[in-house]
Amino acid sequence: MSAAENQVAARRGSARAVTVLSAIGRFLVIAITTYLGLLAVTFFIGRVIPIDPVLAVLGDRAPANVVERTRREMGLDLPLIEQFYIYVKGALNGNFGTSVLTTNPVMTDIRRAFPATIELATLGTLIGSVIGVPLGVLAAVRRGSLIDQIVRIIGLIGYSVPIFWLGLLGLVLFYAKLQWVAFPARLDVVYEYTFTPITGFYLLDAAMQGQWDVFYDAFRHIILPASLLGYFSLAYISRMTRSFMLNELSQEYIVAARAKGLSERRIIWAHALRNAAVPMVTVIALSYAGLLEGSVLTETVFSWPGIGLYITNSLQNADMNAVLGGTIVIGSVFIAINLLSDLLYRVLDPRTKAG
Amino acid sequence: MMLEKFALRSRALLAGAALSALLVAPAFAVTPADTLVEGFAIDDIISMDPGEAFELSTAEVTGNTYDLLVRLDLSDTSKVKGDLAESWTVSDDGLTYTFKLKPGLKFASGNPITAADVAYSFERAVKLDKSPAFIISQFGISGDNVAEKAKAVDDTTFQFTVDKAYAPSFVLNCLSATVASVVDAKLVKEHVAAVTPSADYKWDNDFGNAWLKTGYAGSGQFKLREWRANEAVVMERNDNYFGEKAKLARVIYRNMKESSAQRLALEAGDIDVARNLEPNDLDAIAKNADLTTTSAPKGTVYYISLNQKNPNLAKPEVRQAFKYLVDYDALSTTILKGIGEIHQSFLPKGDLGAIDENPFKFDVAKAKELLAKAGLADGFSVTMDVRTGQPTTGMAESIQQTLGQAGIKLEIIPGDGKQTLTKYRARNHDIYIGQWGQDYFDPNSNAQTFASNPDNSDEGKTKTLAWRNAWDIPDLTKQTEAALLEKDSAKRADMYKDLQKTILDTSPFVVIHQQLEVAGLRKNLKGFALGPSFDSNFVGSVSKE
Repeated sequence: MSAAENQVAARRGSARAVTVLSAIGRFLVIAITTYLGLLAVTFFIGRVIPIDPVLAVLGDRAPANVVERTRREMGLDLPLIEQFYIYVKGALNGNFGTSVLTTNPVMTDIRRAFPATIELATLGTLIGSVIGVPLGVLAAVRRGSLIDQIVRIIGLIGYSVPIFWLGLLGLVLFYAKLQWVAFPARLDVVYEYTFTPITGFYLLDAAMQGQWDVFYDAFRHIILPASLLGYFSLAYISRMTRSFMLNELSQEYIVAARAKGLSERRIIWAHALRNAAVPMVTVIALSYAGLLEGSVLTETVFSWPGIGLYITNSLQNADMNAVLGGTIVIGSVFIAINLLSDLLYRVLDPRTKAG
Repeated sequence: MMLEKFALRSRALLAGAALSALLVAPAFAVTPADTLVEGFAIDDIISMDPGEAFELSTAEVTGNTYDLLVRLDLSDTSKVKGDLAESWTVSDDGLTYTFKLKPGLKFASGNPITAADVAYSFERAVKLDKSPAFIISQFGISGDNVAEKAKAVDDTTFQFTVDKAYAPSFVLNCLSATVASVVDAKLVKEHVAAVTPSADYKWDNDFGNAWLKTGYAGSGQFKLREWRANEAVVMERNDNYFGEKAKLARVIYRNMKESSAQRLALEAGDIDVARNLEPNDLDAIAKNADLTTTSAPKGTVYYISLNQKNPNLAKPEVRQAFKYLVDYDALSTTILKGIGEIHQSFLPKGDLGAIDENPFKFDVAKAKELLAKAGLADGFSVTMDVRTGQPTTGMAESIQQTLGQAGIKLEIIPGDGKQTLTKYRARNHDIYIGQWGQDYFDPNSNAQTFASNPDNSDEGKTKTLAWRNAWDIPDLTKQTEAALLEKDSAKRADMYKDLQKTILDTSPFVVIHQQLEVAGLRKNLKGFALGPSFDSNFVGSVSKE
């Protein structure tokens, strides 16, 4: 390699490094402004709602002197902008204040609640993709057939029926009538105080500790809400798979493969699906992120102590610190998952690999 | 069907054949034989420190886990009986109360209970000065003088000195409140955190408040094992308890908010007791052969109140007309069925001197006559702030309809509980519908809020319910104060009867009903009973068959 060529290569390398750096920089700027905006909006909404924050802390029966003192302790007598400054300063240090409802630091609460949500959403997405992808493929291959119609109806119901209604229906049928699944909670009372979770993912914890009875119990509790969430992501995933597959199946390379005499099965699963898989990753990742933030109703119906229930409870109790903290965590996760799916996209799709 | 298919399929996919046994014959869920499991909305709990706790569900837990000098006498709730105290005397001048403790008492920790623990408990409650502290400090006690006003004379003698010759029944009733619970001073002192004194808080430590929020230092029939906010409270039998030991080893309160969810869990046997049932679920449970229900009147009254800043509502005839425009009978057979008893005076049944006369009946003609006398024969328009949820919404709708019959157009402004309350506390409402639970089991608690208003200006320091409705009543305020100083219990009771009658007749409060606390239970429970107050829902006598 000549010196000139070396130079070119080096320049290209440094140019690439610059692009990566500027991409990261741009991302950071966007992320930071988004966070600040999120902080400001939630903070000011929390302050303009017609609810006295002291009332949220002390209840209706506290005497006037205690109310006044607490107002000072909470810094509510300071100008709004100063309160915001104090809040942002705390938030940047990872201190989102104390939850009124649980009296714990908000971050401690979130660390407890979030694994419950992740466990539920992961299982839900797993169910949704394991069933949804094959269904979508089937619908695309047999386009217009009975199976296509059935998949369409399943999708339509999934889109249009409110989840809390299906949840209650599921509880009445599978829990109250048939007793197939356990009652709304994460574990039975018997296990609640004999089992010490480590990671907060109960299925995983139970399996790691070899407590199979706990595993079975946790499974009986999670299966119904997870199936419901799974059903909703299935509706979306199967629809999208179908359209991606239809798109791939009409490509020329499929015709070429058929001409080469490849089996239909190989064409569908190994070639068409493999190409459709690239955009599918984004779809599944988005649906996963959607389940993480959108399982509020499911968590309420199933008394699932996750982040959705935490934020709902906090909202009902005007516990603004908790609401803010929860919102920011969910926002971060949403951004992170988007970024991750973007990365995966690049890895999976050879065309996006830079020459 | 579709859902079922998916549930089946996903289960098969995830769990494999080993778990398919589940689908064949489900075992009926049963709670452990030595454990009582209650479904209960416990999301109001913010602290387990008896010096701070002022919430209704906390009262039940502290009632079971802490002891007091004296406790409400369940057979006659106008009196108290000794709990830790064996006996007590009141000095002739009515200022000094001397309590003698029972011998050989122990905390759950094994530490002996001495008068010094009692004194420390009073000291920390007063110095912390949290919401319920006024129940003790209203006797002229402050952080500066508490050491001499509430002191241990010797190991088993505790002396409490008040600033005026109050009615002894009033003082003793106040000492039966949660805030006067006796904490294990030795244990608490191991957990105090240092505090930098400030203008608002003069002391150099937190008297164990941070630790006791979730910790436990009591001597009750049960000990608190764990409180997980919004999840559960777990209590275990205290083998050091001085009285009869609890029959069950463990009691778990599981946070469940929804009436329908509680009913489902009760029917399925996952909980033994459901505590927050609405009338339709209560009905269904009463009809179920495996289940039964119980109820007890509580010291909480529901009322609507008319803001006297509204010129129409300030007219005496209008105030009275409203009392004829509530269809009490219809309410009691529908929306309040099983969960409320019509009760029109401000003292709940069970209080000293409470009257249970309900003179007002739904009477549109009478109300129209009164409105005409007030010059409002054609009615008027007015708003009511209503917290969403039952029974308030149902009550408000019924009242809207009955007011309409007399030409009063009521606009309902629905809102979240804290939102309507914020507005009410700022006196910005026309009409408010809400509830009031007494702070401690003494007639003064409600009298002070319904029948006294020392300063009706916007800056008034004592923001009683009368103040919130801008009802200026200097004479009634004096009467309420006088009743506090009446030593003779019978005479004191009469004074409250007079107050109630005046309030019934002239006040801007239309008291509608007294809350019935209800519970649905499985039939295999024995000895489950709800008490007359939230801190006397004892579970020690509960057993299972």
